[in-house]
Amino acid sequence: MAHAGTLDIRGLNKQYEVKGQPLPVLQDIHLTIAPGEFVSIVGTSGCGKSTLLRLVIGLEEGYQGEILLDGTRIQGTNLNRGIVFQEHRLFPWLTVEKNIALGLLNSGLTEGQQRATIREHIELVGLSGFEKAYPHQLSGGMSQRVAIARALVNRPDILLLDEPFGALDAMTRAHLQQELHRIWQTEGITMILVTHDVEEAVYLGDKVVVMEPRPGRIRRTVPVPLAHPRDRASHAFTTVKDSVLREFGEHSVADLAEAPLKTERPAPELSAWRFAV
Amino acid sequence: MSRTYFLSSVPPALRGWVLPALILLFWWWAVASGWSTSPLLVSPAAVWDRALQQITSGDLWTALSASLWRNARGFLLGSSAGLAVGVLLGWSRWAERLVGPSFHTLKQISLFAWIPMLSMWFGLGDGAKVAFIAMAAFFPMVLNTYEGLRSVPREYIEVGRVYGFGLWQQLTRVIAPSAAPSVFTGLQLALIYSWLATLGSEYLMASGAGIGNTLIDGREHFQMDLVLFGVAVIGLVGYALNAFTAALERRLLAWRDRTVARY
Repeated sequence: MAHAGTLDIRGLNKQYEVKGQPLPVLQDIHLTIAPGEFVSIVGTSGCGKSTLLRLVIGLEEGYQGEILLDGTRIQGTNLNRGIVFQEHRLFPWLTVEKNIALGLLNSGLTEGQQRATIREHIELVGLSGFEKAYPHQLSGGMSQRVAIARALVNRPDILLLDEPFGALDAMTRAHLQQELHRIWQTEGITMILVTHDVEEAVYLGDKVVVMEPRPGRIRRTVPVPLAHPRDRASHAFTTVKDSVLREFGEHSVADLAEAPLKTERPAPELSAWRFAV
Repeated sequence: MSRTYFLSSVPPALRGWVLPALILLFWWWAVASGWSTSPLLVSPAAVWDRALQQITSGDLWTALSASLWRNARGFLLGSSAGLAVGVLLGWSRWAERLVGPSFHTLKQISLFAWIPMLSMWFGLGDGAKVAFIAMAAFFPMVLNTYEGLRSVPREYIEVGRVYGFGLWQQLTRVIAPSAAPSVFTGLQLALIYSWLATLGSEYLMASGAGIGNTLIDGREHFQMDLVLFGVAVIGLVGYALNAFTAALERRLLAWRDRTVARY
Protein backbone atom coordinates (compact mmCIF):
# COMPACT_ATOMS: atom_id res chain seq x y z
CA MET A 1 0.00 0.00 0.00
CA ALA A 2 1.32 3.38 -0.94
CA HIS A 3 1.97 6.19 1.47
CA ALA A 4 -0.97 8.58 1.66
CA GLY A 5 -0.25 12.28 1.75
CA THR A 6 -1.62 15.15 3.80
CA LEU A 7 -2.44 18.14 1.68
CA ASP A 8 -2.57 21.49 3.38
CA ILE A 9 -3.67 24.59 1.48
CA ARG A 10 -3.34 27.85 3.40
CA GLY A 11 -4.50 31.28 2.33
CA LEU A 12 -4.16 30.47 -1.36
CA ASN A 13 -4.71 33.32 -3.81
CA LYS A 14 -4.21 33.16 -7.55
CA GLN A 15 -4.79 35.74 -10.22
CA TYR A 16 -4.35 36.01 -13.94
CA GLU A 17 -3.53 39.09 -15.91
CA VAL A 18 -6.23 39.78 -18.50
CA LYS A 19 -5.67 42.80 -20.76
CA GLY A 20 -3.37 44.33 -18.19
CA GLN A 21 -5.96 43.99 -15.44
CA PRO A 22 -5.47 41.54 -12.58
CA LEU A 23 -8.26 38.97 -12.56
CA PRO A 24 -8.62 37.04 -9.30
CA VAL A 25 -9.25 33.36 -9.95
CA LEU A 26 -8.88 31.91 -6.47
CA GLN A 27 -9.35 33.84 -3.27
CA ASP A 28 -8.34 32.86 0.22
CA ILE A 29 -8.58 29.10 -0.11
CA HIS A 30 -8.06 27.11 3.08
CA LEU A 31 -8.33 23.36 2.79
CA THR A 32 -6.82 20.51 4.76
CA ILE A 33 -7.06 17.00 3.42
CA ALA A 34 -6.17 14.10 5.70
CA PRO A 35 -4.12 11.12 4.52
CA GLY A 36 -6.28 8.64 2.66
CA GLU A 37 -9.20 11.03 2.50
CA PHE A 38 -11.38 11.37 -0.61
CA VAL A 39 -12.41 14.96 -1.20
CA SER A 40 -14.81 16.06 -3.92
CA ILE A 41 -14.79 19.62 -5.17
CA VAL A 42 -17.89 20.86 -6.96
CA GLY A 43 -18.72 24.22 -8.44
CA THR A 44 -19.95 25.91 -11.57
CA SER A 45 -17.69 26.80 -14.48
CA GLY A 46 -15.27 29.55 -13.67
CA CYS A 47 -15.10 28.83 -9.94
CA GLY A 48 -11.42 28.00 -10.30
CA LYS A 49 -11.67 24.35 -9.31
CA SER A 50 -9.57 23.18 -12.22
CA THR A 51 -7.01 25.92 -11.56
CA LEU A 52 -6.80 24.70 -7.98
CA LEU A 53 -5.93 21.19 -9.21
CA ARG A 54 -3.41 22.54 -11.69
CA LEU A 55 -1.72 24.43 -8.87
CA VAL A 56 -1.57 21.33 -6.70
CA ILE A 57 -0.17 19.16 -9.49
CA GLY A 58 2.37 21.89 -10.29
CA LEU A 59 1.42 22.69 -13.90
CA GLU A 60 0.43 26.19 -12.88
CA GLU A 61 2.68 28.43 -10.87
CA GLY A 62 2.75 31.90 -9.40
CA TYR A 63 0.38 32.07 -6.43
CA GLN A 64 0.20 33.62 -2.99
CA GLY A 65 -0.22 31.47 0.10
CA GLU A 66 0.94 27.95 0.67
CA ILE A 67 0.29 24.51 -0.75
CA LEU A 68 1.95 21.89 1.41
CA LEU A 69 2.15 18.16 0.84
CA ASP A 70 3.21 16.44 4.05
CA GLY A 71 4.49 19.78 5.28
CA THR A 72 6.65 20.51 2.24
CA ARG A 73 5.79 23.35 -0.10
CA ILE A 74 5.09 21.89 -3.53
CA GLN A 75 7.28 23.06 -6.35
CA GLY A 76 6.65 22.07 -9.94
CA THR A 77 5.46 18.61 -10.81
CA ASN A 78 6.55 15.55 -8.88
CA LEU A 79 5.97 11.82 -9.18
CA ASN A 80 4.40 11.80 -5.71
CA ARG A 81 1.41 13.67 -7.17
CA GLY A 82 -0.61 12.03 -9.94
CA ILE A 83 -3.38 13.45 -12.10
CA VAL A 84 -6.12 12.20 -14.40
CA PHE A 85 -7.40 14.81 -16.83
CA GLN A 86 -10.86 15.09 -18.35
CA GLU A 87 -9.47 13.92 -21.69
CA HIS A 88 -7.48 10.74 -21.25
CA ARG A 89 -4.42 12.28 -22.93
CA LEU A 90 -2.97 8.93 -23.92
CA PHE A 91 -0.35 9.09 -26.65
CA PRO A 92 -1.97 7.63 -29.76
CA TRP A 93 1.33 6.24 -31.02
CA LEU A 94 1.83 3.98 -28.00
CA THR A 95 0.07 0.83 -26.87
CA VAL A 96 -1.72 0.64 -23.52
CA GLU A 97 1.26 -0.84 -21.71
CA LYS A 98 3.73 1.58 -23.29
CA ASN A 99 1.53 4.53 -22.38
CA ILE A 100 1.57 3.36 -18.79
CA ALA A 101 5.29 2.66 -18.99
CA LEU A 102 5.91 6.31 -19.90
CA GLY A 103 4.73 7.22 -16.43
CA LEU A 104 7.61 5.18 -15.04
CA LEU A 105 10.28 6.73 -17.26
CA ASN A 106 11.79 8.65 -14.34
CA SER A 107 10.75 6.30 -11.55
CA GLY A 108 14.17 4.74 -11.07
CA LEU A 109 12.67 1.24 -11.08
CA THR A 110 14.49 -1.60 -12.81
CA GLU A 111 12.98 -2.96 -15.99
CA GLY A 112 11.69 -6.04 -14.21
CA GLN A 113 10.05 -3.96 -11.49
CA GLN A 114 8.52 -1.74 -14.16
CA ARG A 115 7.03 -4.71 -16.01
CA ALA A 116 5.58 -6.08 -12.79
CA THR A 117 4.04 -2.81 -11.67
CA ILE A 118 2.61 -2.15 -15.12
CA ARG A 119 0.96 -5.57 -15.18
CA GLU A 120 -0.35 -5.01 -11.67
CA HIS A 121 -1.92 -1.69 -12.58
CA ILE A 122 -3.46 -2.95 -15.81
CA GLU A 123 -5.06 -5.62 -13.67
CA LEU A 124 -6.13 -3.01 -11.11
CA VAL A 125 -8.13 -1.09 -13.71
CA GLY A 126 -9.49 -4.29 -15.22
CA LEU A 127 -7.81 -4.11 -18.62
CA SER A 128 -5.85 -7.36 -18.69
CA GLY A 129 -5.70 -8.60 -22.26
CA PHE A 130 -5.59 -5.07 -23.69
CA GLU A 131 -1.88 -4.47 -23.09
CA LYS A 132 -1.05 -4.31 -26.78
CA ALA A 133 -4.09 -2.28 -27.86
CA TYR A 134 -3.71 1.24 -29.23
CA PRO A 135 -5.81 4.09 -27.81
CA HIS A 136 -7.88 4.30 -31.00
CA GLN A 137 -9.01 0.74 -30.39
CA LEU A 138 -10.38 1.58 -26.93
CA SER A 139 -13.68 3.11 -25.86
CA GLY A 140 -13.72 6.36 -23.91
CA GLY A 141 -14.24 4.52 -20.62
CA MET A 142 -11.39 2.10 -21.29
CA SER A 143 -9.08 4.95 -22.25
CA GLN A 144 -9.86 6.69 -18.98
CA ARG A 145 -9.02 3.47 -17.11
CA VAL A 146 -5.64 3.44 -18.80
CA ALA A 147 -5.16 7.07 -17.79
CA ILE A 148 -5.96 6.12 -14.19
CA ALA A 149 -3.45 3.27 -14.32
CA ARG A 150 -0.81 5.60 -15.74
CA ALA A 151 -1.47 8.11 -12.96
CA LEU A 152 -1.21 5.45 -10.23
CA VAL A 153 1.76 3.54 -11.53
CA ASN A 154 4.25 5.69 -9.61
CA ARG A 155 2.31 5.03 -6.38
CA PRO A 156 1.71 8.73 -5.73
CA ASP A 157 0.78 9.98 -2.27
CA ILE A 158 -2.11 11.87 -3.75
CA LEU A 159 -4.19 11.47 -6.90
CA LEU A 160 -5.95 14.42 -8.50
CA LEU A 161 -8.90 13.84 -10.80
CA ASP A 162 -10.03 16.70 -13.01
CA GLU A 163 -13.57 15.82 -14.14
CA PRO A 164 -12.29 12.42 -15.27
CA PHE A 165 -15.70 11.03 -16.21
CA GLY A 166 -17.19 14.23 -17.59
CA ALA A 167 -17.03 13.11 -21.21
CA LEU A 168 -18.44 9.60 -20.64
CA ASP A 169 -22.00 8.34 -21.02
CA ALA A 170 -24.08 7.88 -17.86
CA MET A 171 -23.78 4.08 -17.70
CA THR A 172 -20.01 4.03 -18.13
CA ARG A 173 -19.69 6.89 -15.68
CA ALA A 174 -21.61 5.10 -12.92
CA HIS A 175 -19.55 1.99 -13.49
CA LEU A 176 -16.24 3.85 -13.39
CA GLN A 177 -17.29 5.66 -10.21
CA GLN A 178 -17.64 2.25 -8.54
CA GLU A 179 -14.30 1.21 -9.96
CA LEU A 180 -12.61 4.38 -8.72
CA HIS A 181 -14.04 3.79 -5.27
CA ARG A 182 -12.64 0.26 -5.28
CA ILE A 183 -9.23 1.54 -6.43
CA TRP A 184 -9.23 4.21 -3.73
CA GLN A 185 -9.90 1.56 -1.11
CA THR A 186 -7.24 -0.81 -2.48
CA GLU A 187 -4.57 1.84 -2.82
CA GLY A 188 -5.48 3.74 0.32
CA ILE A 189 -4.16 7.03 -1.06
CA THR A 190 -5.47 10.56 -0.82
CA MET A 191 -7.70 11.60 -3.72
CA ILE A 192 -9.17 14.90 -4.84
CA LEU A 193 -11.94 14.79 -7.41
CA VAL A 194 -13.07 17.90 -9.24
CA THR A 195 -16.47 17.47 -10.82
CA HIS A 196 -19.65 19.31 -11.67
CA ASP A 197 -21.72 16.21 -11.02
CA VAL A 198 -23.07 16.58 -7.46
CA GLU A 199 -24.19 12.96 -7.24
CA GLU A 200 -20.72 11.77 -8.23
CA ALA A 201 -19.19 14.09 -5.62
CA VAL A 202 -21.40 12.74 -2.85
CA TYR A 203 -21.09 9.12 -3.97
CA LEU A 204 -17.30 9.15 -3.76
CA GLY A 205 -16.33 11.87 -1.29
CA ASP A 206 -15.69 11.81 2.44
CA LYS A 207 -16.51 15.47 2.15
CA VAL A 208 -17.73 17.74 -0.60
CA VAL A 209 -16.18 21.17 -1.02
CA VAL A 210 -18.58 23.56 -2.72
CA MET A 211 -16.92 26.43 -4.56
CA GLU A 212 -18.42 29.61 -5.92
CA PRO A 213 -17.19 31.68 -8.81
CA ARG A 214 -15.77 35.13 -9.53
CA PRO A 215 -13.50 35.01 -7.73
CA GLY A 216 -13.21 31.31 -6.88
CA ARG A 217 -13.86 30.77 -3.19
CA ILE A 218 -14.87 27.90 -0.96
CA ARG A 219 -18.49 28.41 -0.07
CA ARG A 220 -19.02 25.49 2.23
CA THR A 221 -17.65 22.08 3.03
CA VAL A 222 -20.32 19.40 3.38
CA PRO A 223 -19.31 16.21 5.22
CA VAL A 224 -20.63 12.93 3.88
CA PRO A 225 -21.03 10.70 6.94
CA LEU A 226 -22.24 7.67 4.99
CA ALA A 227 -20.79 4.18 5.01
CA HIS A 228 -19.71 2.46 1.82
CA PRO A 229 -21.12 1.05 -0.37
CA ARG A 230 -23.42 3.99 -0.81
CA ASP A 231 -26.90 3.64 -2.17
CA ARG A 232 -27.70 6.57 -4.44
CA ALA A 233 -31.41 6.07 -3.91
CA SER A 234 -31.31 5.98 -0.11
CA HIS A 235 -32.81 8.75 1.97
CA ALA A 236 -29.53 9.54 3.72
CA PHE A 237 -27.77 9.90 0.37
CA THR A 238 -30.35 12.24 -1.12
CA THR A 239 -30.33 14.31 2.06
CA VAL A 240 -26.61 14.99 1.68
CA LYS A 241 -27.01 15.55 -2.03
CA ASP A 242 -29.80 18.05 -1.41
CA SER A 243 -27.76 19.96 1.12
CA VAL A 244 -24.98 20.30 -1.48
CA LEU A 245 -27.44 21.33 -4.15
CA ARG A 246 -28.95 23.90 -1.81
CA GLU A 247 -25.61 25.70 -1.83
CA PHE A 248 -26.05 26.17 -5.54
CA GLY A 249 -29.70 27.11 -5.14
CA GLU A 250 -28.88 30.28 -3.29
CA HIS A 251 -26.97 31.54 -6.27
CA SER A 252 -28.65 33.74 -8.79
CA VAL A 253 -29.52 32.15 -12.11
CA ALA A 254 -26.70 34.14 -13.68
CA ASP A 255 -24.16 32.43 -11.46
CA LEU A 256 -25.36 29.00 -12.46
CA ALA A 257 -25.17 29.80 -16.13
CA GLU A 258 -21.98 29.15 -17.99
CA ALA A 259 -19.63 32.03 -17.49
CA PRO A 260 -19.64 34.16 -20.63
CA LEU A 261 -15.91 34.40 -20.49
CA LYS A 262 -14.15 31.22 -19.59
CA THR A 263 -11.52 32.56 -17.25
CA GLU A 264 -10.65 29.24 -15.69
CA ARG A 265 -7.70 28.58 -17.91
CA PRO A 266 -6.63 31.18 -20.44
CA ALA A 267 -4.49 29.51 -23.05
CA PRO A 268 -0.96 30.83 -22.65
CA GLU A 269 1.06 31.92 -25.62
CA LEU A 270 2.28 28.91 -27.52
CA SER A 271 5.82 30.05 -26.82
CA ALA A 272 5.23 29.73 -23.09
CA TRP A 273 5.47 25.95 -23.08
CA ARG A 274 8.04 25.81 -25.80
CA PHE A 275 10.68 27.00 -23.42
CA ALA A 276 9.05 25.77 -20.29
CA VAL A 277 9.33 22.11 -21.21
CA MET B 1 -25.12 -4.55 -70.86
CA SER B 2 -24.47 -1.52 -68.72
CA ARG B 3 -20.99 -0.31 -67.94
CA THR B 4 -21.42 -0.91 -64.23
CA TYR B 5 -22.33 -4.50 -64.99
CA PHE B 6 -19.22 -4.81 -67.11
CA LEU B 7 -17.03 -3.41 -64.32
CA SER B 8 -18.55 -5.63 -61.66
CA SER B 9 -17.55 -8.66 -63.68
CA VAL B 10 -13.91 -7.62 -63.27
CA PRO B 11 -12.22 -8.62 -59.98
CA PRO B 12 -11.89 -5.51 -57.74
CA ALA B 13 -8.10 -5.68 -57.66
CA LEU B 14 -7.96 -5.41 -61.44
CA ARG B 15 -10.55 -2.66 -61.95
CA GLY B 16 -7.87 0.03 -61.98
CA TRP B 17 -6.32 -1.68 -65.01
CA VAL B 18 -9.45 -1.54 -67.13
CA LEU B 19 -8.96 1.97 -68.45
CA PRO B 20 -5.23 1.62 -69.24
CA ALA B 21 -5.95 -1.68 -70.98
CA LEU B 22 -8.66 -0.09 -73.09
CA ILE B 23 -6.39 2.79 -74.05
CA LEU B 24 -3.59 0.41 -74.96
CA LEU B 25 -6.00 -1.62 -77.03
CA PHE B 26 -7.25 1.49 -78.84
CA TRP B 27 -3.70 2.67 -79.43
CA TRP B 28 -2.70 -0.69 -80.88
CA TRP B 29 -5.82 -0.75 -83.08
CA ALA B 30 -5.32 2.85 -84.23
CA VAL B 31 -1.89 2.07 -85.64
CA ALA B 32 -2.50 -1.50 -86.79
CA SER B 33 -5.69 -0.69 -88.70
CA GLY B 34 -4.08 2.28 -90.43
CA TRP B 35 -6.57 4.65 -88.75
CA SER B 36 -3.56 6.78 -87.83
CA THR B 37 -0.60 6.93 -90.13
CA SER B 38 1.05 9.90 -88.48
CA PRO B 39 4.71 9.37 -87.57
CA LEU B 40 3.83 11.11 -84.28
CA LEU B 41 2.07 7.98 -83.14
CA VAL B 42 4.10 4.79 -83.29
CA SER B 43 2.74 1.36 -82.44
CA PRO B 44 2.96 -0.16 -78.96
CA ALA B 45 5.10 -2.88 -80.49
CA ALA B 46 7.66 -0.30 -81.64
CA VAL B 47 7.84 1.12 -78.12
CA TRP B 48 8.26 -2.39 -76.75
CA ASP B 49 11.10 -3.09 -79.21
CA ARG B 50 12.73 0.16 -78.21
CA ALA B 51 12.40 -0.79 -74.57
CA LEU B 52 14.16 -4.09 -75.19
CA GLN B 53 16.88 -2.35 -77.15
CA GLN B 54 17.39 0.24 -74.37
CA ILE B 55 17.52 -2.43 -71.71
CA THR B 56 19.87 -4.82 -73.52
CA SER B 57 22.22 -2.10 -74.74
CA GLY B 58 22.57 -0.74 -71.21
CA ASP B 59 21.45 2.73 -72.32
CA LEU B 60 18.47 2.61 -69.98
CA TRP B 61 20.64 1.73 -67.03
CA THR B 62 23.12 4.53 -67.78
CA ALA B 63 20.34 7.11 -68.03
CA LEU B 64 18.25 5.84 -65.14
CA SER B 65 21.14 5.44 -62.71
CA ALA B 66 22.37 8.95 -63.53
CA SER B 67 18.90 10.34 -62.86
CA LEU B 68 18.32 8.38 -59.66
CA TRP B 69 21.74 9.26 -58.27
CA ARG B 70 21.13 12.92 -59.03
CA ASN B 71 17.69 12.66 -57.48
CA ALA B 72 19.02 10.96 -54.36
CA ARG B 73 21.68 13.60 -53.76
CA GLY B 74 19.30 16.49 -54.31
CA PHE B 75 16.62 14.89 -52.17
CA LEU B 76 18.95 14.13 -49.28
CA LEU B 77 20.50 17.57 -49.38
CA GLY B 78 17.18 19.41 -49.67
CA SER B 79 15.18 17.36 -47.21
CA SER B 80 17.82 17.35 -44.50
CA ALA B 81 18.30 21.10 -44.85
CA GLY B 82 14.51 21.44 -44.86
CA LEU B 83 14.20 19.34 -41.72
CA ALA B 84 16.78 21.47 -39.96
CA VAL B 85 15.18 24.77 -40.95
CA GLY B 86 11.70 23.42 -40.18
CA VAL B 87 12.77 22.35 -36.70
CA LEU B 88 14.41 25.71 -36.11
CA LEU B 89 11.31 27.65 -37.22
CA GLY B 90 8.96 25.39 -35.31
CA TRP B 91 11.02 25.40 -32.18
CA SER B 92 12.05 28.99 -31.76
CA ARG B 93 9.76 31.98 -31.96
CA TRP B 94 12.81 34.12 -32.39
CA ALA B 95 13.99 32.20 -35.44
CA GLU B 96 10.50 32.26 -36.86
CA ARG B 97 10.37 36.04 -36.60
CA LEU B 98 13.81 36.42 -38.09
CA VAL B 99 13.67 33.84 -40.89
CA GLY B 100 9.94 33.29 -41.40
CA PRO B 101 9.09 36.29 -43.59
CA SER B 102 12.07 35.72 -45.89
CA PHE B 103 11.22 32.05 -46.18
CA HIS B 104 7.59 32.72 -47.01
CA THR B 105 8.62 35.22 -49.65
CA LEU B 106 11.15 32.89 -51.25
CA LYS B 107 8.71 30.02 -51.44
CA GLN B 108 6.39 32.15 -53.59
CA ILE B 109 8.99 32.26 -56.35
CA SER B 110 8.47 29.58 -58.95
CA LEU B 111 11.21 27.00 -58.72
CA PHE B 112 11.94 27.30 -62.42
CA ALA B 113 12.78 30.96 -62.00
CA TRP B 114 15.89 29.88 -60.10
CA ILE B 115 17.30 27.92 -63.02
CA PRO B 116 19.11 30.77 -64.79
CA MET B 117 20.75 31.82 -61.56
CA LEU B 118 21.64 28.30 -60.50
CA SER B 119 23.16 27.46 -63.87
CA MET B 120 25.23 30.64 -63.78
CA TRP B 121 26.47 29.87 -60.29
CA PHE B 122 27.06 26.16 -60.66
CA GLY B 123 27.56 25.84 -64.42
CA LEU B 124 25.58 23.44 -66.55
CA GLY B 125 27.02 20.36 -64.88
CA ASP B 126 25.54 18.25 -62.17
CA GLY B 127 25.97 20.87 -59.44
CA ALA B 128 23.21 23.12 -60.72
CA LYS B 129 20.85 20.21 -61.23
CA VAL B 130 21.41 18.84 -57.76
CA ALA B 131 20.94 22.32 -56.29
CA PHE B 132 17.66 22.67 -58.19
CA ILE B 133 16.40 19.27 -56.98
CA ALA B 134 17.44 20.13 -53.43
CA MET B 135 15.38 23.31 -53.58
CA ALA B 136 12.35 21.37 -54.75
CA ALA B 137 12.67 19.03 -51.76
CA PHE B 138 13.53 21.81 -49.32
CA PHE B 139 10.31 23.83 -49.27
CA PRO B 140 7.71 21.10 -48.58
CA MET B 141 10.02 19.67 -45.94
CA VAL B 142 10.36 22.98 -44.09
CA LEU B 143 6.64 23.71 -44.19
CA ASN B 144 5.49 20.33 -42.96
CA THR B 145 8.13 20.01 -40.26
CA TYR B 146 7.24 23.46 -39.00
CA GLU B 147 3.55 22.62 -39.06
CA GLY B 148 4.16 19.33 -37.25
CA LEU B 149 6.08 20.96 -34.43
CA ARG B 150 3.62 23.80 -34.08
CA SER B 151 0.69 21.44 -33.73
CA VAL B 152 2.07 19.31 -30.91
CA PRO B 153 -0.81 19.46 -28.40
CA ARG B 154 0.00 21.43 -25.26
CA GLU B 155 -1.90 18.73 -23.38
CA TYR B 156 0.72 16.14 -24.34
CA ILE B 157 3.54 18.38 -23.17
CA GLU B 158 1.74 18.72 -19.84
CA VAL B 159 1.53 14.95 -19.50
CA GLY B 160 5.30 14.85 -19.95
CA ARG B 161 5.74 17.52 -17.30
CA VAL B 162 3.56 15.58 -14.86
CA TYR B 163 5.90 12.60 -15.25
CA GLY B 164 8.99 14.73 -14.81
CA PHE B 165 10.21 14.58 -18.42
CA GLY B 166 13.32 16.60 -19.11
CA LEU B 167 13.86 18.42 -22.37
CA TRP B 168 15.35 15.37 -24.09
CA GLN B 169 12.53 13.12 -22.97
CA GLN B 170 9.95 15.67 -24.13
CA LEU B 171 11.70 15.81 -27.49
CA THR B 172 12.03 12.09 -28.07
CA ARG B 173 8.91 10.81 -26.33
CA VAL B 174 6.36 13.53 -27.01
CA ILE B 175 7.35 16.14 -29.58
CA ALA B 176 9.02 13.94 -32.20
CA PRO B 177 6.34 11.21 -32.35
CA SER B 178 3.59 13.79 -32.27
CA ALA B 179 5.12 15.74 -35.15
CA ALA B 180 6.08 12.59 -37.07
CA PRO B 181 3.01 12.27 -39.31
CA SER B 182 3.41 15.82 -40.57
CA VAL B 183 7.16 15.45 -41.03
CA PHE B 184 6.47 12.27 -42.96
CA THR B 185 4.07 14.10 -45.26
CA GLY B 186 6.86 16.58 -45.89
CA LEU B 187 9.22 13.75 -46.72
CA GLN B 188 6.72 12.21 -49.11
CA LEU B 189 6.14 15.51 -50.90
CA ALA B 190 9.86 16.18 -51.00
CA LEU B 191 10.45 12.83 -52.66
CA ILE B 192 7.79 13.41 -55.31
CA TYR B 193 8.84 17.01 -55.96
CA SER B 194 12.48 16.07 -56.22
CA TRP B 195 11.71 13.43 -58.83
CA LEU B 196 9.74 15.98 -60.84
CA ALA B 197 12.60 18.42 -60.41
CA THR B 198 15.11 15.81 -61.56
CA LEU B 199 13.33 15.57 -64.89
CA GLY B 200 12.92 19.33 -65.05
CA SER B 201 16.58 19.92 -64.38
CA GLU B 202 17.70 17.39 -67.01
CA TYR B 203 15.37 18.82 -69.55
CA LEU B 204 16.20 22.46 -68.92
CA MET B 205 19.92 22.06 -68.27
CA ALA B 206 20.54 19.47 -70.93
CA SER B 207 24.00 18.07 -70.51
CA GLY B 208 25.23 14.70 -69.35
CA ALA B 209 23.17 11.55 -68.94
CA GLY B 210 19.69 11.07 -67.55
CA ILE B 211 16.19 10.00 -68.37
CA GLY B 212 15.36 13.60 -69.23
CA ASN B 213 18.18 13.51 -71.77
CA THR B 214 16.74 10.31 -73.21
CA LEU B 215 13.56 12.26 -73.90
CA ILE B 216 15.51 15.06 -75.55
CA ASP B 217 17.40 12.56 -77.71
CA GLY B 218 14.13 10.98 -78.77
CA ARG B 219 12.67 14.32 -79.73
CA GLU B 220 15.77 15.51 -81.60
CA HIS B 221 16.06 12.31 -83.62
CA PHE B 222 12.33 12.11 -84.09
CA GLN B 223 12.09 8.76 -82.38
CA MET B 224 8.61 8.76 -80.89
CA ASP B 225 9.15 5.24 -79.59
CA LEU B 226 12.09 6.46 -77.51
CA VAL B 227 10.09 9.43 -76.18
CA LEU B 228 7.16 7.23 -75.18
CA PHE B 229 9.49 4.71 -73.60
CA GLY B 230 11.10 7.51 -71.55
CA VAL B 231 7.71 8.74 -70.41
CA ALA B 232 6.78 5.23 -69.29
CA VAL B 233 10.00 4.83 -67.30
CA ILE B 234 9.50 8.19 -65.59
CA GLY B 235 5.97 7.21 -64.66
CA LEU B 236 7.09 3.86 -63.30
CA VAL B 237 9.79 5.44 -61.15
CA GLY B 238 7.30 7.94 -59.75
CA TYR B 239 4.89 5.13 -59.03
CA ALA B 240 7.60 3.11 -57.30
CA LEU B 241 8.66 6.06 -55.13
CA ASN B 242 5.07 6.61 -54.11
CA ALA B 243 4.47 2.95 -53.33
CA PHE B 244 7.67 2.89 -51.29
CA THR B 245 6.69 5.84 -49.09
CA ALA B 246 3.15 4.53 -48.71
CA ALA B 247 4.49 1.19 -47.46
CA LEU B 248 6.90 2.97 -45.15
CA GLU B 249 4.09 5.09 -43.78
CA ARG B 250 1.88 2.09 -43.12
CA ARG B 251 4.72 0.55 -41.20
CA LEU B 252 6.00 3.53 -39.23
CA LEU B 253 2.72 5.27 -38.54
CA ALA B 254 0.46 2.27 -38.06
CA TRP B 255 -0.95 3.82 -34.90
CA ARG B 256 -2.51 6.57 -36.98
CA ASP B 257 -5.10 4.13 -38.34
CA ARG B 258 -8.47 5.73 -37.92
CA THR B 259 -7.22 8.20 -35.37
CA VAL B 260 -7.82 11.81 -36.14
CA ALA B 261 -6.10 13.65 -33.30
CA ARG B 262 -8.35 12.04 -30.74
CA TYR B 263 -6.89 12.29 -27.32
